[in-house]
Amino acid sequence: MLSPDARHVLVIMPAWNEGETVGTTVAEVINLNEGYDVLVVDDGSTDRTADVAAAAGATVLRLPFNMGVGGAMRAGFKYADRHNYDAVIQVDADGQHDPREISSVLEGLRSADIAIGARFASKGDYKVSGPRQWAMVFLAAVISRLARTKLTDVTSGFRAGNKRAIAQYLDHYPAEYLGDTIDSLVVAIKSGCRVTQIPVAMRPRQGGTPSHNPAKSAIYLLRSVFALLFAMTRSRSQIAVGESNA
Amino acid sequence: MGNTLPPFIFALVMVAIVLELVRRKVFREKYAALWLIIGASALVLAGWPDLLTGVSKIVGIQVASNLLFALCIVLLLGVCLHLSWELSVVEDENRTLAEEVAIMRTAVERLEHEFHELSTAGPRGETPRLETGPQSPKD
Repeated sequence: MLSPDARHVLVIMPAWNEGETVGTTVAEVINLNEGYDVLVVDDGSTDRTADVAAAAGATVLRLPFNMGVGGAMRAGFKYADRHNYDAVIQVDADGQHDPREISSVLEGLRSADIAIGARFASKGDYKVSGPRQWAMVFLAAVISRLARTKLTDVTSGFRAGNKRAIAQYLDHYPAEYLGDTIDSLVVAIKSGCRVTQIPVAMRPRQGGTPSHNPAKSAIYLLRSVFALLFAMTRSRSQIAVGESNA
Repeated sequence: MGNTLPPFIFALVMVAIVLELVRRKVFREKYAALWLIIGASALVLAGWPDLLTGVSKIVGIQVASNLLFALCIVLLLGVCLHLSWELSVVEDENRTLAEEVAIMRTAVERLEHEFHELSTAGPRGETPRLETGPQSPKD
């Protein structure tokens, strides 16, 4: 396996109408000087997201219409695959994922194909309660069993993948709600990708507020169980990349 | 027998419309097939109403119209499923195309940019300025 410094890493940032925050987040990643290329996937924004991101120094993929986080990420993976990147990491454009944690999440790829930056793993003060928490605990328990490793935050979007993971994602990365986190992860595990988690602290969002509506949380619980059940019945993907980095 | 003439004409018109749409290539055959089957059966049933009664007796349905309703529901269900399936395929293809277009647009813009820099940085700056076209069709 290549050393983390010599690797060609792409930071993928899906953004939908996040012109207010995307500029600072891109600049933060670039100012790390850790040699990452930044790709902002403009998911059919109607504001100046794409221009702001390009001005901040990112490469911008402009999707012609809104396709959701999953759709945006798949476009990003395709780009990474075409340009032969060794690893990708998804970072939210709203500044919730601290760019300083990127290198530690990438470290996780030393021993796994997918590394998840987990919000609860004893670092930071991210808290949820009620049905949303039950959903997260339940999902984490089921997926941990599948992956045969302890995972506590399977819905985190802060995740990195190597070439093997990119190839798997290109084969199966649903655009549906929760498909980009739960479904893709379950199928990746089934297809033989190893998963690990890295504790990270999350920052408060720079724009927007997370929902604490109990009805919405209950719907979230139902949908996540639904997504999980579907994912468990899916067939595994054939991964063309034969690279092993054990 | 007089009251079977309107349904017969109706079925005939429907079949004619579907055939005409296929002929004009508005409809593709795979979508027309189910409608043609439905139209043809409607024609047959409107032409020979006794057929329906006979068939329901054989199948064991007391009221002949119930057989008709049941068949209608099954066929419409089939059409709906078929359309959902086709739509999912189309949506997926659409998504792939959108990804492809986005990647190509980025590549083209990069090329245009490089080309522009090359041509303006040419010998003594005499090279004609290139029209690179609109950068974004939205603006």
